Amino acid sequence: MSSTPLIQMQDVHKYYGAYHALRGITAEIAEGEFFSLLGPSGCGKTTLLRAIAGFEEISSGAILLNGADMAGVPPNRRPTNMVFQSYAIFPHLSVEQNVGFGLRRSALSVGEKTRAIGEALEMVGLGHLGGRAAHALSGGQRQRVALARALILKPKVLLLDEPLSALDRKMREDMQVELMKLQREVGITFVLVTHDQEEALVMSDRIAVMFEGEIAQLADPEVLYRRPATKRVADFIGVMNFLPATASGRSVEAAGLGVADLAADQMPAGPVTGACTVGLRPETLSILHDGEASKAREASAQIEEVVYYGDMTYYDVRLDGMDTTMRISMRNMVGRDVLDVGARTRVAWDPRAMVVFPD
Amino acid sequence: MISPPLIYALLLLAVPLLTIILFSFWTQNFLTIDRTFTVANYAEALTDPLYRELMLRSLRIAGLVTAATVLLAFPIAYFISFHVTPEKKALWIFLITIPFWTSYLIRIFLWRVILAYDGPVNGTLLELGIIEEPLSWILYNANSVVITLAHAFAPFAILPIFVSLEKIDRSLLEAARDLGEATAMTFIRVTLPLAMPGVLAAVLIVFIPTVGDYVTPRLVGGSGGTMIANMIYVQIFDLSNRPMGATLAVLAMLTVTITLAWFILHIRFWVHLSDRVGGGVLGLALAAVAAVIDIAIVRWVFLHGPDWFGPAGSLGVLAAIMGGGAILIAWFVPKGRWGI
Amino acid sequence: MKRSPLALFAGLYLIFLYAPIILLPLFAFNDGTIIAFPLRGFTLGWFADLANTPALHEATLNSLIIACSVAVLATCLGLFAARAVTRYKFPLKGGILGFIMLPLVLPEVIVAISLLVVLMLLLPDLPIETGFQIGEYVIVLSVTPDLVLEVSNFHRTVFSFALPLPIILGHTLLCLPFSIAILQGSFQGLDQSLEEAALDLGETRAGAFRLVILPLVTPGIIASLLICFIISLDEFIIAFFLSGNEPTLPVYLWGQLRFPARLPVVMALGTILVTLSIVLLIVADIFRRRGLRRTGQSETGGFL
Repeated sequence: MSSTPLIQMQDVHKYYGAYHALRGITAEIAEGEFFSLLGPSGCGKTTLLRAIAGFEEISSGAILLNGADMAGVPPNRRPTNMVFQSYAIFPHLSVEQNVGFGLRRSALSVGEKTRAIGEALEMVGLGHLGGRAAHALSGGQRQRVALARALILKPKVLLLDEPLSALDRKMREDMQVELMKLQREVGITFVLVTHDQEEALVMSDRIAVMFEGEIAQLADPEVLYRRPATKRVADFIGVMNFLPATASGRSVEAAGLGVADLAADQMPAGPVTGACTVGLRPETLSILHDGEASKAREASAQIEEVVYYGDMTYYDVRLDGMDTTMRISMRNMVGRDVLDVGARTRVAWDPRAMVVFPD
Repeated sequence: MISPPLIYALLLLAVPLLTIILFSFWTQNFLTIDRTFTVANYAEALTDPLYRELMLRSLRIAGLVTAATVLLAFPIAYFISFHVTPEKKALWIFLITIPFWTSYLIRIFLWRVILAYDGPVNGTLLELGIIEEPLSWILYNANSVVITLAHAFAPFAILPIFVSLEKIDRSLLEAARDLGEATAMTFIRVTLPLAMPGVLAAVLIVFIPTVGDYVTPRLVGGSGGTMIANMIYVQIFDLSNRPMGATLAVLAMLTVTITLAWFILHIRFWVHLSDRVGGGVLGLALAAVAAVIDIAIVRWVFLHGPDWFGPAGSLGVLAAIMGGGAILIAWFVPKGRWGI
Repeated sequence: MKRSPLALFAGLYLIFLYAPIILLPLFAFNDGTIIAFPLRGFTLGWFADLANTPALHEATLNSLIIACSVAVLATCLGLFAARAVTRYKFPLKGGILGFIMLPLVLPEVIVAISLLVVLMLLLPDLPIETGFQIGEYVIVLSVTPDLVLEVSNFHRTVFSFALPLPIILGHTLLCLPFSIAILQGSFQGLDQSLEEAALDLGETRAGAFRLVILPLVTPGIIASLLICFIISLDEFIIAFFLSGNEPTLPVYLWGQLRFPARLPVVMALGTILVTLSIVLLIVADIFRRRGLRRTGQSETGGFL
């Protein structure tokens, strides 16, 4: 990693008329990083990506690429290339012509261009399809052509706008792995826009979670999942149970569970006293079957709902003395029966899995 | 479900069209129709320089009208599709189609007024000091026919081009920009090729009816702007030679069909040439040069062939050049874009 | 909207498109007998002249009868075609539709003279008559080639009505493509499951059509009627070739164009026609859009 970050976003604002689409985005993306912008639709992630590409002019602030301010630089002069959500494969050109589209201005000879196109197609596993017409491609193939077309120009940054959203589930999972491999191979910085938290967690080195034009949290996937900064981030990424609690210093009493002393990184940034909320992921809790001993602490509860998924079972349980239910996910194993609705049970919980949010 | 309209179209379109072909092989002696089969009408129509001149003029005027209409329509369609906000597009299209629905005769007649020696066009140009004397070449000749027809057929050209421009995925243009092309080259490499189906539709939809237009040449054409439809009318009503009228009508249809088939086939050739040199400006230029040469050859044979090869011989040469070219293209040039 | 050269061009182009329509009323209200600049003064005299021109009234009536018949006939045929095209798959669908749409591009002169030639071949066999008697009344229906309905008792003709059949049939041929295009828009947005849902909920086929399909396509039908009416009212070539001694409005106009003294009156008539066309057009477009909105489609453009 070089000392200056590849992309610097400094207090970027974007207005569409009165609508404030980007509200002071400040972030840096390092060279070679796989960076994701994650958020629900309308959060401004695509606007930010298009601002980096040069398709949107920002209202204030600055975007620097390789230390150079990009203000007023049109998309065709930026060292970025994009994989569009619709892939934007030119329907009137063949696969080869699509991949070679951006080479028209390069100084390569005809032979070198042909070789470059061949290599790019090999790289995405489409070496055999060069002559095919673009409209005769499947969704996955279109995406590979779009990748080859962008990567052949050896950009500093590859921007990907929801590149997997048009694929079916199986294909999406395969492509996630392939994209990661490809990124490692070419060593180019990838900036990915996605609304799929799983996709972001799987592929990214770092993720910026965005809501309403602001970055809510910027962290690596594990921190993001285990220590979400706000309830909203916690709720957007995976499932989290929220329990009302009262805090005094680092000693937190969660309703229905009990008192626990937490570590500093489990507490919110500011000091918390009094009412707060405790978050627990479903997989950090477990249902104790009869006779099973717990390694952690226990609370008694009743099962309100059972959802069977094959490999997993999801239980909604109500802790004694509580009105609301908590979700617990259990891996199904030999010898562990699925419990019925209405059964009494014990819930095992670990204070180390807790995250505290201010109210 | 389709049958009632189909039967209707068969009875009122197919049957009459076949009848007119039949009719063209008969002759008329004053008021009685002689129903013996003869190709005399065709022999006369094909050898008489007057008919040939009229046919060529009709094609030339229709070609000019088509070129003018499409060239003027493209920027408008582009403007509406790319620069007008989506809510206002329908209004613009509506504005453009309104004049088309107002009285055809009166519209054309008014062009006579507008283009007249003392009309508003000359008046304005004189006022502005652009011209010293009123222009006389804008009325009662082929020019006025071109202007008037370009006006009459404007929506026919704008709408198909607009539709094909609207169909272009805007992200394609962004992709071209992203891949390093500036606006102008993006237009040449992406927008224009993708709009071509609309342009071709516009060419067909303007060219075919204008070849056979009757009213415009009569009202604003003068003697130099007379077209084949006027001759058909004269044959049928003034000379009472209906079979000759029918022959000319059949020949007009045939000529239009052959011209368009030739044109479409040669577009394939021109596009192929352009692709061979990698498209772009060079490709466009090469295609344009090829087109000019192609058209010049056919035109020369059509006009001057009879002096060199005799009337029948010139038709043979024409058929050989056009047919041979067609076979060569169909055989050697791969089927290109837009299904042609 | 950006003030670009393109916008400027669009503005100039609109002036080019509207030049004749703008000039028309200028001359219609101009107190001068020559259609040329400069304008003299304001007058309504030319409109008054229209009122006392009996030949014009006959031509107008003739045109209105034709236009109404064409509108109904073309729209009925268009309904069949539009429903067939949007609902069913059948062999040669594209070819058949293309053939029906052919008059859209075929030069009108060709259509006109082929119809004329057929008419002439049929003429020796005309009139074809059929009649029957109810009480003392004799009802005769004949094709002369006009379609004539005549009711008479033994002493005199009680009722007589003639439809200029050749022109109506020719115009219908011409209007059919437009009718199909408009109605296709209405039918396209119609989800097939709507009809199936109605059947599933216990309606009969006829009931489903009346209660579900008809309300949704009615705006399209009205738009089609209006457009066919406008086209027929304005059509010249076919009427010119096929009209006998009863001219339609455009044929009458054409005759008048030869007399310079009549031109201001023609301008007045033209102004009325243009105004009428524009009003009808706006109404038709409102209905067409309403139809599209009802079936949940977005607006994409005008007619054609």
